[in-house]
Amino acid sequence: MSRILILGGRLIDPDQGIDRVGSLLVSDGHIAAYDIPADHADAEGAVVIDAADRIVAPGLIDIGPELREPGGEEDETIESGTAAAIAGGYTAIACTPNTDPPIDTQGSVEFVLHQAARANRCRVHPIACVSKNRAGEELAEIGQLTEAGAVAFSDVDAPIHNAELLRRAFQYCSMFDRPVLNRPEVIELTRGGVMHDGDVSLMLGLSSLPAAAEDVMISRDCSLAETTGGRLHLTQVTTAGGTEIVRRAKHRGVHVTCGVSPPHFTLTDEMLRSFDSRYKLNPPLRSEMDRQAVIEALADGTIDVICSSHAPYAAEKKLQELDQAPFGAVGLETTLSLVVTELVAAGLLTWTEAIKKLSTNPACILGVPGGTLRVGAAADVTIIDPSADWRVTEHELTSLSRNTPFAGRDVQGRACCVIVNGEIKRTSTGTFSQA
Amino acid sequence: MSETVDLSEDLEFTCVPSLWQRKHLLGLEELTAAEIRLILDVAAQIKSATAGCRDRVSALNGRTVANLFFENSTRTKTSFTLAAKRLGGDVVDFSSNTSSLSKGETIIDTAKTLEAMNMDAVIVRHRTPGTPHLLAQNLECSVINAGDGPHEHPTQGLLDILTILEHRGTVEDLTVALVGDISHSRTARSNIFGLKKLGARVIVCGPATLVSRRWEKFGVEVAHNLDEIVPRCDVLNLLRIQFERQQTRPFPSVREYAHLYAMNRRRMAIAKDNVLIMAPGPINRGVEISADVADGEHSVILEQVTNGLAVRMAVLWLCCGPREIG
Repeated sequence: MSRILILGGRLIDPDQGIDRVGSLLVSDGHIAAYDIPADHADAEGAVVIDAADRIVAPGLIDIGPELREPGGEEDETIESGTAAAIAGGYTAIACTPNTDPPIDTQGSVEFVLHQAARANRCRVHPIACVSKNRAGEELAEIGQLTEAGAVAFSDVDAPIHNAELLRRAFQYCSMFDRPVLNRPEVIELTRGGVMHDGDVSLMLGLSSLPAAAEDVMISRDCSLAETTGGRLHLTQVTTAGGTEIVRRAKHRGVHVTCGVSPPHFTLTDEMLRSFDSRYKLNPPLRSEMDRQAVIEALADGTIDVICSSHAPYAAEKKLQELDQAPFGAVGLETTLSLVVTELVAAGLLTWTEAIKKLSTNPACILGVPGGTLRVGAAADVTIIDPSADWRVTEHELTSLSRNTPFAGRDVQGRACCVIVNGEIKRTSTGTFSQA
Repeated sequence: MSETVDLSEDLEFTCVPSLWQRKHLLGLEELTAAEIRLILDVAAQIKSATAGCRDRVSALNGRTVANLFFENSTRTKTSFTLAAKRLGGDVVDFSSNTSSLSKGETIIDTAKTLEAMNMDAVIVRHRTPGTPHLLAQNLECSVINAGDGPHEHPTQGLLDILTILEHRGTVEDLTVALVGDISHSRTARSNIFGLKKLGARVIVCGPATLVSRRWEKFGVEVAHNLDEIVPRCDVLNLLRIQFERQQTRPFPSVREYAHLYAMNRRRMAIAKDNVLIMAPGPINRGVEISADVADGEHSVILEQVTNGLAVRMAVLWLCCGPREIG
């Protein structure tokens, strides 16, 4: 019997409403008991982790990191991506199907699961394509993909353009209680765009992606979710208008949830003045007004999830002319720290709210294990050092790619121990000993 | 070719003035008013010392500049080439109408290859804003922006201002209208940044699809009716419609555009008596300007071309010329 005793940490579990100092016993891959003393018979032979001054939370879960395998192994692999996830404190990730070939068949879902098992790091839950070949024309075989292990459906960076297809997807996915993930973007309004449409794009002469392109699609998606009763998760909502539309839809009882990633509550379109492609993201870095609206929507619960939007690209792909460089940034290893630094330490979110958006809500949306410290639940636990100060340094990242917009930034808070299914996957030195 | 003139004697300095500390010229937005005045002053001195940019001088003897043009250009490339040669420098051309990536090489590798042949400066034109800035971050030599998409074309902005200065002595408190496709115009942006710093009033005028109201935030007047502004203007700079940069057609027809925005005899009748008519070229007669206006007495279009040479000589010398030791 493998046992882990986590002693003296601040236990935060949004699922049970727990926020108190205590100890936690993990046994045989499950949360076994609370407040067992180290000399108790049940703790015999357990690995003891001293978690004093640490936060003990349900393991972090990321919706939508891009792992690039198969087809983009120069950017990331399932092996390197799951290593980066563990380094960032994640116990589970739901990776996207925008690979080459895309994940739109039972066999390709099984390939992802097989590679994840070989890597043997965090849990990997495949997201599969909504449409065959991500072409936006015909539904993929959603039933068989679900049986193979797909937890959600998305065409990722090919937003579902055809309203009829999305309507069918909502109806069909609801049979399997699976969410449809869409990136809200009206592509006619964003074609050729490089950055947010605003004062900065005007000055720089860069073609732009207007906020309305996001707002209009959020409206459409919410309406279709409402009429079908389907479950909609908007991967990223980044505009003032968009947050308001989601807020109103939730008020009406639409089954809509949404996420946002750290660049959008930390940075604005001003960063593009450097013409540095590391700031070229989609959705793009928005205006300060949008950033404030995103923070407000995080605080009032309109935004349910904070995701990494991990989009790794090999250096030579990003080091191109701004219109040629791909959209996206790595994020698995910096998301937790930016949440702590920009939201928790800044007094904008409580620890419970932060953990809810990083773990409990993603587990609930995806319907996967984790997101809770209930006795009997799978032992996916992240122990966080809330005061660890560190500087984001590109060459120290575990990911194969280094395209981070936060290079050189001083941040606070870091995962110091990650337990997946009762197995310690990562510790910083000196935090545990044998009982 | 006339005899070689010693620039150092005529300009009364042998080294680049200490006010100029820049290695690159990427845009006018980041320059101070004093730096802009310095370039214009040096350009005027060079022009008079070289009989209107006809004489060759030895200011850049032994230096080599490379034209790195990823977009079609005749006038700007010729102008930079002549400017470097008039200063005694060598010029090499590297032109490509496509991204270097089509050959499997990144633009940075292409530029570094050129630099390894001991270039002192690369003059870059590219369809994408920020590409000269990307090169400046990755190269040791000087980078001169010869137009980065719709962003900036600093030497065009400077030559436009120099032309106004020659006629009016100052740009302060003059009203300068930029008419046409402001959205896609690097000439417009460089003019706006330069003119505002030197105290001019700037109006941008054109269809609402090509002229954003947002410019008002930056102290620029926005107009959509040319007839209303013409009587107030000291200078009208008529910009070309950049069809090649437009994602969607921003107006119903060229005929309608010309009807609303072409500078023609009828509009000249309501203009100031001493109005200056400018155009960065290439000009489209019958679209933004009628032939009689382009060739008329108020037109300074060809003077702009000569001043382009003077400005580019000044910029090359300031960025690559000898500096005071220590």
